[in-house]
Amino acid sequence: MQHSVSIKDLSLNFGNVKVLQHLDLDIGQGEFIVLLGPSGCGKSTLLNCIAGLLDVSEGQIFIGGKNVTWEEPKDRGIGMVFQSYALYPQMSVERNLSFGLRVSGMKKDEIEKRVSRAAEILQIGPLLQRKPANLSGGQRQRVAIGRALVRDVDVFLFDEPLSNLDAKLRSDLRVEIKRLHQRLKNTMIYVTHDQIEALTLADRIAVMKGGVIQQLDTPHVIYNRPVNLYVAGFIGSPSMNFFEGSLAGGAEPVFTANDGTKISARGYKFDVAPNTAVTPAVLGVRPEHVVIGEGAKSMTFQTEIEIEIVEPMGSDTLAWTSIAGQSVTFRCDSDVPLATGQKMLAGFDVERGSLFNAETTNRL
Amino acid sequence: MSNIEASGPKPRSFFTTSRIVTYSVLLIAAMYYLFPLYVMITTSLKGMPEVRLGNIFAPPMEVTFAPWVKAWDSACTGLYCEGLKPGFWNSVKITVPSTIISVLIAAVNGYALVNWRFKGSEIFFTVLLFGSFIPYQVMLYPLVIITAQLKVFGTLQGVVLIHTIFGMPILTLLFRNYFASLPQELFKAARVDGAGFWRIFFEIMVPMSLPIFVVAIILQVTGIWNDFLFGVVFAGTTNYPMTVQLNNIVNSVQGVQEYNVNMAATILTGAVPLIVYFISGKWFVRGIAAGAVKG
Amino acid sequence: MADLSHSRSAAIAAGSGPRRLFHNLFVRNFSAKLAATPMIMTVLIVFVGCTAWTIFYSFTNSRSLPSGELVGFDQYTRLFSNRRWNASVINIMTYGVTSLCFTMVVGFLLAVFMDQKIRFESAFRTIFLYPFALSFIVTGLVWQWIMNPAFGLQETVQNWGFTSFTFDWLKNRNMVIYALVIAGLWQGTGFVMVLLLAGLRGIDEEIWKAARVDGISTWRTYLFIVLPMMRGVIVTTLVIVGSGIVRLYDLVVAMTQGGPGISSEVPAKYVYNYMFGAGNLGQGLAASSVMLLTVFIILIPWMLIEFRPKHHS
Repeated sequence: MQHSVSIKDLSLNFGNVKVLQHLDLDIGQGEFIVLLGPSGCGKSTLLNCIAGLLDVSEGQIFIGGKNVTWEEPKDRGIGMVFQSYALYPQMSVERNLSFGLRVSGMKKDEIEKRVSRAAEILQIGPLLQRKPANLSGGQRQRVAIGRALVRDVDVFLFDEPLSNLDAKLRSDLRVEIKRLHQRLKNTMIYVTHDQIEALTLADRIAVMKGGVIQQLDTPHVIYNRPVNLYVAGFIGSPSMNFFEGSLAGGAEPVFTANDGTKISARGYKFDVAPNTAVTPAVLGVRPEHVVIGEGAKSMTFQTEIEIEIVEPMGSDTLAWTSIAGQSVTFRCDSDVPLATGQKMLAGFDVERGSLFNAETTNRL
Repeated sequence: MSNIEASGPKPRSFFTTSRIVTYSVLLIAAMYYLFPLYVMITTSLKGMPEVRLGNIFAPPMEVTFAPWVKAWDSACTGLYCEGLKPGFWNSVKITVPSTIISVLIAAVNGYALVNWRFKGSEIFFTVLLFGSFIPYQVMLYPLVIITAQLKVFGTLQGVVLIHTIFGMPILTLLFRNYFASLPQELFKAARVDGAGFWRIFFEIMVPMSLPIFVVAIILQVTGIWNDFLFGVVFAGTTNYPMTVQLNNIVNSVQGVQEYNVNMAATILTGAVPLIVYFISGKWFVRGIAAGAVKG
Repeated sequence: MADLSHSRSAAIAAGSGPRRLFHNLFVRNFSAKLAATPMIMTVLIVFVGCTAWTIFYSFTNSRSLPSGELVGFDQYTRLFSNRRWNASVINIMTYGVTSLCFTMVVGFLLAVFMDQKIRFESAFRTIFLYPFALSFIVTGLVWQWIMNPAFGLQETVQNWGFTSFTFDWLKNRNMVIYALVIAGLWQGTGFVMVLLLAGLRGIDEEIWKAARVDGISTWRTYLFIVLPMMRGVIVTTLVIVGSGIVRLYDLVVAMTQGGPGISSEVPAKYVYNYMFGAGNLGQGLAASSVMLLTVFIILIPWMLIEFRPKHHS
């Protein structure tokens, strides 16, 4: 199968600083890939390399089957949308959209056709004669997307396009970008540090850290089967609960927390068959997988808890407690009455959680 | 008083001690700064007999513009008696091209330094900045030799060249800092759109940089107009700028000193930068502050 | 940020040897290099070349024309045994110390007064700063006239009846250098005020709120909290004022011509006179090299602050 974008053994160093290290990434035709990570993880750098705005130190970049490692940005068949919108302030919206086309010497009527198509798709027709300064943040970002659209390219690059918008607009435009992707079916590479954006938009997410891709998979797998402690902790809000302890393998694998609490790992699907010896391990359980009250009785692990802090979130409620000597957050329906100091039964299935080797931090 | 309950705005007197002190200090300082300007103007409007009365505070009893006419048209600088007129035009002929050339070079240069770095560009720039601290006297003689070799010593082109060279550090710094403050993503977007070095400069950068061009032009016009050293060394006798001619008129040893003419000539020479200053106001402040404080 | 290269250049960059070198020097980023040519020429020929030339020839016995005959430190020995040079050095030091102290103190005080949310702030600023737009020649000539002993301030005050009043600094060997200081202060203090005021305004408003809540008096806040926070601006101002003092020339030429006698001679004038007047080039070059050294000594504290290793985020 022909990949839309293909990155082979890509490295980038600034002097002695290794920003990207031997990256490999294949992106299929029409796929929506999100590069996710904290600031400084190299995600924006990688996007700039794909765009041709940064020279790579080693490796190759293919777009549409063509080696573009040394090509100018304009010759790569890409369009790019920036966080600050990067609209040319002295040009009207229309001239902003057409600048690249005019530079390439395209015929006037063709330019007009493309601009009006982009304006129609993004519903910015009435704004064409305005200057960027007279647009709202959301309108500016639409124009910025339009500038990529008129280039009629196969690959769209988004560099944190929604970070400068307020929460409401951000979720509106998020849906709009998803709709745009469904309509155009272009390949899209989208950089963000916002995991909600990543989980909602992506066909596949690449979680990055230290210039290395930690895990590349669908949002579902990333969320439910993180490959290591880093990904497990980074994805999900509130973060996954971790219990430190050790794992004894065998037919009936048992996790023992540091305070001696034994938790059966029956039913857990191991990536690697567990060693029968006792190994240091970390058990991770998502807050929504901790069940309280009647439901807890069917869980493989059950214990008595005392509620310490209650945080009503509106749609649901977060509560803090301690299990096996560790602080634990859990999520429950907002209709369940919870009070500080209340005692109740809680439990979870290790089957739905994740086990990690404490030394390598990799998933077991 | 103490039994009144505090309510509403706290009572304040405008004439507190600290306010009175503040305004007094500022007013006294303002008088010190305005005094020379006042003396210049009143002296220049007096006749010589009145000047000799020795009362520089007094306004003129009889206003005369004769000193101004003489200063402009017929005051003597040693050999010639053509007034400041030729000096004024020389200064115009020096200031206009020097300003245009130096600002254009610095703008392109600052843009290249921010957006198109190449190996060594930062090193050259650092040396350029340090160069701006070297006393001119250190480079004066070798520059005389160089301009003589280029056959521009003692010509207007020669002074223009010298002003262009010595305007470069501060102007380049000004433009570099300005371009660096523009969002880099604009430059990236223009690159993705396929625009090259000059196209990005003229179509994207220049239209966004009008303020900094104004600041740079103000800086250069006042600086070059006020120059004395380069004019006296590089321009040649017939091309002396206004400052040099003024000094020659006032400090020439021959003849009787006509202080009213001297002051009229002094005001005339200071008029151009003063007008620029009063018109540009905030821009001027911005320019010197931006030029001085490395950002 | 790394270089942004052209596609062709990158394609050739993979090549080898001299061709690649030629390519990297001239073809890669060609427009940027073309644009930077004036800067590169200025740096290499003027700032580096001319300075090196001057330092080299200060070790020769050049008279009215440069000569290649090296004489070691002879010119420097002669320089520091020259009465006029030594007077120049003492004068510039007197001028420098006095003028630096007064400019900074007065400039800071004016800035603080201007910072009291006063009315007519921009009018006051315009008044304090306008002399800075004027040249030293104009400044020198105005103050020369004001201090004119026959018809200036002295005569005016004496005419008012204060017959014992004397203000003859221009004719007084001991005071003439302070006459220059007064004129220099008039021209430059407004500028220092503007720089320091910008520094004051750059300080976080919350510092003031915190000081007010803690009950610290305004003057204490300025002196012990704000002033230390302005270290960067103050050092920059000191460097600008300092390197201006070393160059002092126009003001002296216009106001005193170095007189009476040699009591207001300054190094920059000494250099000029020996280079272009007295036909003793070697002396002029040696004197200018000493000026260069002085400036670099002034620059050291600034460099230590500006270029100390910073933590990049």
